[in-house]
Amino acid sequence: MMRFIPVRETILGSAILVLLLLVASRFAGFVAPSNLANVFNDTAPLIILALGQMVVILTRCIDLSVAANLALTGMAVAMINVAMPGLPIPVIIAIAIFLGAVMGTINGILVWKLAIPPIVVTLGTMTIFRGIIFLISDGKWVNSHEMSPAFTDFPRMVLLGLPVLSWAAIITIILFGIMMARTGFGRSIFAVGGNPHAAVYTGIDVGKTQFWAFVVSGALAGLTGYLWVSRFAVAYVDIAGGFELEVVAACVIGGISIAGGIGSVGGAVLGAIFLGVVKNALPVVNISPFWQLAISGSAILIAVAFNARAGRNKGRIILKEAEGAQ
Amino acid sequence: MTDATQDITQARHVPDRLNSRAARVFKSWEALLLAVAIAIFVVNSFASPYFLSAWNLSDATFNFTEKAMIAFAMALLIISGEIDLSVASIIALASTAMGLAVQYGAGTPELVVIGLTVGLLCGAFNGFFVTVLGLPSIVVTIGTMSLFRGISFIILGDDAFRGYPASFSWFGQGYIYWVFTVEMLLFVIIAVIYGVLLHKTNFGRAVYAIGNNPTGALFSGIRVQRVKFILFLLTGLMSGVAAICLTSRLGSTRPSIATGMELEVVTMVVLGGVNILGGSGTIPGVVIAAFVMGLVTFGLGLLNVPGIVMSIFIGLLLIGVIALPRLWVMAAARRKA
Repeated sequence: MMRFIPVRETILGSAILVLLLLVASRFAGFVAPSNLANVFNDTAPLIILALGQMVVILTRCIDLSVAANLALTGMAVAMINVAMPGLPIPVIIAIAIFLGAVMGTINGILVWKLAIPPIVVTLGTMTIFRGIIFLISDGKWVNSHEMSPAFTDFPRMVLLGLPVLSWAAIITIILFGIMMARTGFGRSIFAVGGNPHAAVYTGIDVGKTQFWAFVVSGALAGLTGYLWVSRFAVAYVDIAGGFELEVVAACVIGGISIAGGIGSVGGAVLGAIFLGVVKNALPVVNISPFWQLAISGSAILIAVAFNARAGRNKGRIILKEAEGAQ
Repeated sequence: MTDATQDITQARHVPDRLNSRAARVFKSWEALLLAVAIAIFVVNSFASPYFLSAWNLSDATFNFTEKAMIAFAMALLIISGEIDLSVASIIALASTAMGLAVQYGAGTPELVVIGLTVGLLCGAFNGFFVTVLGLPSIVVTIGTMSLFRGISFIILGDDAFRGYPASFSWFGQGYIYWVFTVEMLLFVIIAVIYGVLLHKTNFGRAVYAIGNNPTGALFSGIRVQRVKFILFLLTGLMSGVAAICLTSRLGSTRPSIATGMELEVVTMVVLGGVNILGGSGTIPGVVIAAFVMGLVTFGLGLLNVPGIVMSIFIGLLLIGVIALPRLWVMAAARRKA
């Protein structure tokens, strides 16, 4: 029976509700629908990146280069916008997704073809991508007055009551929900992470699946790069510095096992929303934003300890059943 | 994480490392690295007229001494199949604790004790989560990486601690003799200690055994979790030592101190020929790697290359040193076929 109730998501969802109630007890306006929509909008980039990271972690890899990828793509599209202000936004978005996917491809090929541990590859490409931003921008900023109004207005444009940025997150969530549950690629991601040996015997190319996971993660980082730069209307070398840790934190908090194979779209989204609520609630309850880093660190530790406990219990129960059957 | 990657490489039919050409390449890794170090030295002395000066070279050692101190402990940790990504954050926390103590009038001996103690406590914290709770070290230390630096940010905000006692500057700015710095002396002492520990003691053998086969090590009577816990303690302690040197050299503490240093430490270890999946590697390799990285960054610095561009080289170095031997093996296999 228990297996039909997504335990982790329920617990995490309740934790978020408790958090919201605590904040609401001191400042009722925080839970007003318009403010919650703002919180969601603010968390949208984290949600999109967490979904990409989820796919990578599910295949037993990790992508620490997402924030650098985001920053490099953001800088590139901002510079393209400055050079060619007339370029329509859909083209800009296509370029952003393409650039991000290219960077994901680099990670993916190094992991797939050369079998280099993903953590080493992405630690390396993380610094390389950041360095390249400096090289192409010469360390200069691209400021809002240099960008075209169409470029900066797009993520703020309101459709059906929500800004485009929020819609981007919602569409990504829906697409990933379908991809993970209804497509061969989604199933093979779980298979590769759950048991690579078995995956090979069922005809799944482990390395190739990991490669595509990195491409997906890179493409989403590229998309977020444009959304980030246009939303904040500024691009410089250090944007989203250290954001990769927040993305990994969202996944870990969302119950995605770092050992691969276990996790869900709902978990990743809730993990991201949890961090988003914490971040937005801190100033409301008069806690310095400097607490954010320590809180997300503690949340990672608590979540990973908690998930490991949950996983272990499950294993024991299966063993007992097997013993009972004999 | 390591288990997983090993599984995958096995699934891909990578030939047994003992019989492969890679084994021979790795056997001469230190020799190759030494040749690279000499080449960089020669290139640098032609590229910049300021390179071959005793004082400049002495200054250049600061580029790697602090990182190398941590790298030695990290090498043992990585050989045992674990990793610690929180080292730079431990430096931040230890440095913040020392800065806080200065505000209450602590002298140099107290500061040293505080720096080392915070390092040890952070190491014990990581070790507890990994060995007692059995959690993957990569996630734990990504968490503590945020937590430790986060505590520094809570204490300091965007402020800075200054006013360290004059005698405290000895560690990072003092000279033992002529151009030989205190940090250089510490670097040599720590290198020798870790070299002996890894290559000449039972403990060192246990570290290799655990990295190659944790289950096998357990069944041959090695207290795997205890050894790993000690390795986390040592990595924390070395981060404490590095925090003392760095704080003493800079003379101030900001919460952003040593940001990104974990990457350079891991790069140094991997460049030194330590297998990122555990089980092999040597301390002499890490020593030479420290010199290679120090010489590269110093040489580029003399040529006015900005720090962030240097990080491109570090990143390429990290991927390159792992990719090239593998490409070599693949090319050799193709030639044979």
